[in-house]
This record gives sequence, C-alpha cells and structure tokens, in this order.
Amino acid sequence: MAGKTLYDKLWDSHIASQRDDGSVLLYIDRHIVHEVTSPQAFEGLRIAGRKPWRAETVIATPDHNVPTTTKERLSGVEGIEDPVSQIQVKTLDSNCDELGITEFKINDPRQGIVHVVGPETGACLPGMTIVCGDSHTSTNGAMGALAMGIGTSEVEHVLATQCLISKKMKNMLVKVDGDLGKGVTPKDVVLAVIGKIGTAGGTGYAIEFGGSTFRNMSMEGRLTVCNMAIEAGARAGMVAVDDITLEYVKGRTFAPKGEHWDLAEKAWRNLVSDDDAVFDKVIEINAEDIEPQVTWGTSPEMVLPVHGNVPDPLAENDSSKKAAIERALQYMGLNAGQSIKDIKLDRVFIGSCTNSRIEDLRAAAAVVKGKKKADSVREAIVVPGSGAVKVQAEKEGLHEIFTAAGMEWREPGCSMCLAMNADKLEQGEHCASTSNRNFEGRQGFGGRTHLVSPAMAAAAAIAGHFVDVREF
Amino acid sequence: MKSFTTHSGIVGPMDRVNVDTDLIIPKQFLKSIQRSGFGPNLFDELRYLDKGEPGKPNEGRPLNPEFPLNFPRYQNTSVLLARDNFGCGSSREHAPWALDEFGIRSIIAPSFADIFYNNCFKNGILPIVLSAEDVDTLFKEMYDNEGYQLTIDLPEQTITAPSGKVYMFEVDAFRKHCLLNGLDDIELTLQEADSIKAFEEKHKNAAPWLFAS
Repeated sequence: MAGKTLYDKLWDSHIASQRDDGSVLLYIDRHIVHEVTSPQAFEGLRIAGRKPWRAETVIATPDHNVPTTTKERLSGVEGIEDPVSQIQVKTLDSNCDELGITEFKINDPRQGIVHVVGPETGACLPGMTIVCGDSHTSTNGAMGALAMGIGTSEVEHVLATQCLISKKMKNMLVKVDGDLGKGVTPKDVVLAVIGKIGTAGGTGYAIEFGGSTFRNMSMEGRLTVCNMAIEAGARAGMVAVDDITLEYVKGRTFAPKGEHWDLAEKAWRNLVSDDDAVFDKVIEINAEDIEPQVTWGTSPEMVLPVHGNVPDPLAENDSSKKAAIERALQYMGLNAGQSIKDIKLDRVFIGSCTNSRIEDLRAAAAVVKGKKKADSVREAIVVPGSGAVKVQAEKEGLHEIFTAAGMEWREPGCSMCLAMNADKLEQGEHCASTSNRNFEGRQGFGGRTHLVSPAMAAAAAIAGHFVDVREF
Repeated sequence: MKSFTTHSGIVGPMDRVNVDTDLIIPKQFLKSIQRSGFGPNLFDELRYLDKGEPGKPNEGRPLNPEFPLNFPRYQNTSVLLARDNFGCGSSREHAPWALDEFGIRSIIAPSFADIFYNNCFKNGILPIVLSAEDVDTLFKEMYDNEGYQLTIDLPEQTITAPSGKVYMFEVDAFRKHCLLNGLDDIELTLQEADSIKAFEEKHKNAAPWLFAS
C-alpha cells in the first residue's frame, strides 16, 4: 500500500465519524473568528438555543472593519467612525463576552489580522485542523496543519458541534526546487504558481508545497505561499513540518510547554508526506525560472514577470479567455502590449494577511531606506498585520524608515486589501498592493489593483511606476 | 433550510469566467449583521451605474442598461447560467444569501469554486455542474429564445430543456438528501454526539496538548 501524504495524515487523524456516503465529521481543533462572517452564526446558535461545543477552542479578533489611523484607533471601538462597522465590531465583542470566547479586542496589543495572529500566538499549531469564516484560512496550513476557509453556516456548525461535514479532497503537490534569485520572494513564487495552474487549477485539491525552495523558506514565507493557495482554487495549502516549523512554534503563547512540548514535537515530526505517498497531481517548477511578478488584470492568474508586456486579446484563440482579457484591459485602463513597467501608480499598499509580517516589512524597508516616495504616488500606506508585528517593527525602527520616505505607518488590520474600512482606492486609481486579490472593485469601487511582493511594492512607491527590484 | 425538489424557471446569463464573490456582493454590504437584505445589491457594481452603499435606498438608482440581468427578457430569472470557476474568492456566505434573495434557485456552470459551491447547499440553492459543451448549448438556446426556461428535477438529477433534451447531473448523496428535505445539518450532526465525544477521548490521548487549559 502506498504511503500517506501530509494531507492524508491530517485528515485521517481527525475523522470523528465516517458516514456511508463518503462524507465525514471532521473534528476541528481550532476555530478562528472575525467580525464579518460570524454575527449571523452566533445569532443562529442563539435562536436554536445552542451553546458552543468547546468555546475554549475559539479565538476571535476584529480585523476587517477596524480603522488603521492612530487617531481613529485612540478611543477603541467607540472611535470607529463608520456606524455600521462599529456595530459589527461591537457585535463580535458582545458575542465573545457572552459565550466566554477569548477575543483580542480592537486595542488589545495582540489584535491583528486573524491569519497573522493565529500563527504568531501559537493558537494555530502543526497537526491541527483549523477553520475560520474566511477563505484565507489556508494561510495556517504553513504550520503543517489542515486549515480551510468556511462559510457562515459552517461557522455555526463548527461552533455547535466542533465538527465540519466534509468530503476528502484530492492531493496535489506543487514542487519547487532550487534557489530563488535575489529580489525574488515567496509572493513571486506563489503568483508564478497561480499563473501556471490558473485560479481554478487547485479546485477540489489540497495543495502541499514541497521541494527545496519551500524547505529553505522561512515560516513567514510559507505563510505567504499557503495564504494564496485559495487563489489557485485550493481550499487548503500546506507545508510539511521541519526544524524551521518547530523553531517558529516553540515558546509562543499558546504553544505546548514542558512535557506536552516533547510529546507534541515527537508527533509533529511525523507530519510529512511519506516517500512513497502518491499525489493525484504534481506540478513542478524550477525556482531559478521565477522572476518578480506583477498582476496586470482582474484575476490573480493574470500575472506576468515584471519585464513582460500586457497580453493582446487578438493573440488568444479561446473565446472565453479572449473576452476575459478584453474586459480586464478595459477595467484596468491598460493597452494590449503595454509594458508592465510603464504602469504608473497612484497608491501603494503594503499589508494584508499575505504580506504584513515582520519579514515583509523588513524587505519593504530595505528598499525604501534613504529614499523618497514619488510625488506622483498619492499615498503609500504600510499596515502591520498585528499589534505584535507593529511593536517589533518599531523596535527595529522600520516605521521611521517608512515615514522618512513619505509613507504612512498605520495600526493593524485588513485595511486596503478589501477596503471594508476607510482605506480604499478611488475610481480609476492604480495600486501596487501586497494583498492577494485583484478582483474588480476589491480595493474600492473602480480601483485597479496590481499584486506584487513587498519589495516590488516599495520600489514602485519610490519610482512611481513598476520597476524590477533587482535593478533598483 | 429551504428545500429543493423540482424547479422550472426563467434562465438568465452571467456570461463570464471567474465570477468572484466580490462581484456577486461587494464588501461594503458585508458590514450587516443580518442574514437578509442583500438581494437588491446582488452584482451591485455591474447592475447599477452608481456606487452602492449599505443603507442607501436602491430604488431609483440608475440601472446599467448593458447588464443582461437588467434586460426585460431576463426579469424573474431563477436559474443562472454561468461559466467556469463561478463563485471564486472570498468565503462570504453573503453571496448565496444575495442570490437567494434575488430569486436564484439554481446555478448551472462548468465548474464552481469549492467554498461557494458548499455554501449554496446550505441556503437551498442547487449548483449544477454540466460539461462546458452542454453549458455552451444552453447559453446559445437561451440567447436565441426569449422566455427560455429550464426544468430542474433534483430527485431524478435531470435538467429538461424546452426541446425535450434531458441533461443528467451529479450531486453528492448527503447534500441531495439535506436539500430535498430542507434539513438542518447541525441537528443531524448532533445526533452523532456520542461519536464526537468518543473521538474526543481518543484525540485527547493522542494530542493532550490540544486539551490543556
């Protein structure tokens, strides 16, 4: 019999009930909750007279709606100027208070973007099953965990039963080997993967990112890669456990201690795909072939190396793809064949659950140090992923590098990734963004998003248009 | 939950690939703490010419005359015909809530994004996967025939076109059972509470650190 993949192992060890129709009750170890996708679930529980099965497995923090300006944050939840957002954050607070759920409230130093807070507090650990009413929950798979985004009905289901009704996905291995070139980052790797397999390439699969490139990657980098597994269509992305994982986890607030650590470490060492494991699909990429990436269109698969030219729809034979290119060019205000480097930027956003960790901010700061934001760039904001990231960045003086360059240093939250708070693009504006989605209207009505790495976004802020960070 | 057995209704188009849930319901409407009220803002950025905001009345907003679902012939659409990877992106269940409230009972496409597909079943909407070729045929027939309707039979797992042609579709047995009977799956799962508790004991032995307080 063939060996097991990492996903097989995580799946098999969490089956609470196997049903005849092939579905299972998958036991959930950690449930992360934010303000946007939870109110209707809590309300549903209340109406049905149900209680959380294990409230202690739930951790909550508001992130999508929170303002990021220090002025608005000073007076906490009462300071949220948008009354609708304020109600949503208050609703999360009252639901958590009522049910005894641990919540890092708006001005708690541990508050932040759910997928940054989970790993950095040790709330998300190797071997866990992790869910959150948020598609980017896949991020947490970087810990060697099975982490999936769910809908609000499922949030309610997991609260009430500690289980998710689930069917096993297929196994995909994305294998990248070799060393990344200077200036080429984990974000570029995952964008290149999405460019290769498409935004539906991973639909129905759990993706394991394997190969020497990921083995040599930091936890921050692996979190960035798994974050965007969902942009390749895969509900879950994951990386096997190794020394880098264990060193990252050890000592974190909710990580096991003492005897439990020894037991956990022993168990976690097994969280790798067996040598003879069989994957349903394998994608192989050579790391040396990956260059800094920039998206030009309205889907993450519309991505090119920075030296590329925007495609010409006339060169596309598939009618539905051709229509998609035409529509994207029109929405983005770009001409067929235009050089990526000629795209001028109005705003720059460095942040989001994809790229707001300390390593991301260091990479961006290294590029802008001693330089000035281009005058043509209206605004460049840097939004740390959590209170902890903010403290660390300030300790290293990164915030001063950004502000000296004319960029704004903000409070933690999702911010302009999805623009539910006041941070948004105006119609027609082009933004170099380190976030994960370039969908129409994502960063603001009529806004035009270009997804890039933190270093590339920083270089674009200085130059006023895209440049190859390797030549910068 | 609303049940689904059979349905006949007007077919309307969403003729583009990779329709994401941001497009289905833009983020500003996600600030609501209710489960309802999203229907008038379905496809808001395509449907209207101005920018929609929560709390802003939708009546009287300028409709986009080029958006097919605004055409008189597609009024009362209850079967949405779509392209590959429909519902990609965010896990927001507000997307099926908006579709449901708009009156969509079923969506037919060559493929769906996983989370969205799952969310539909939780809200009484039947997502149906047909081959790209069959979807092409349906698009063509719909465009050629005003008032084009399809009849969907979940127990038989068939779609019947006006021509009499019958398309078979696949659906997972458990989801079919829940949808046919409008079942609350939390109640069903809680019937297995003993299995969950037994698993929890086993899990506690294998991974005690997950149960340390």
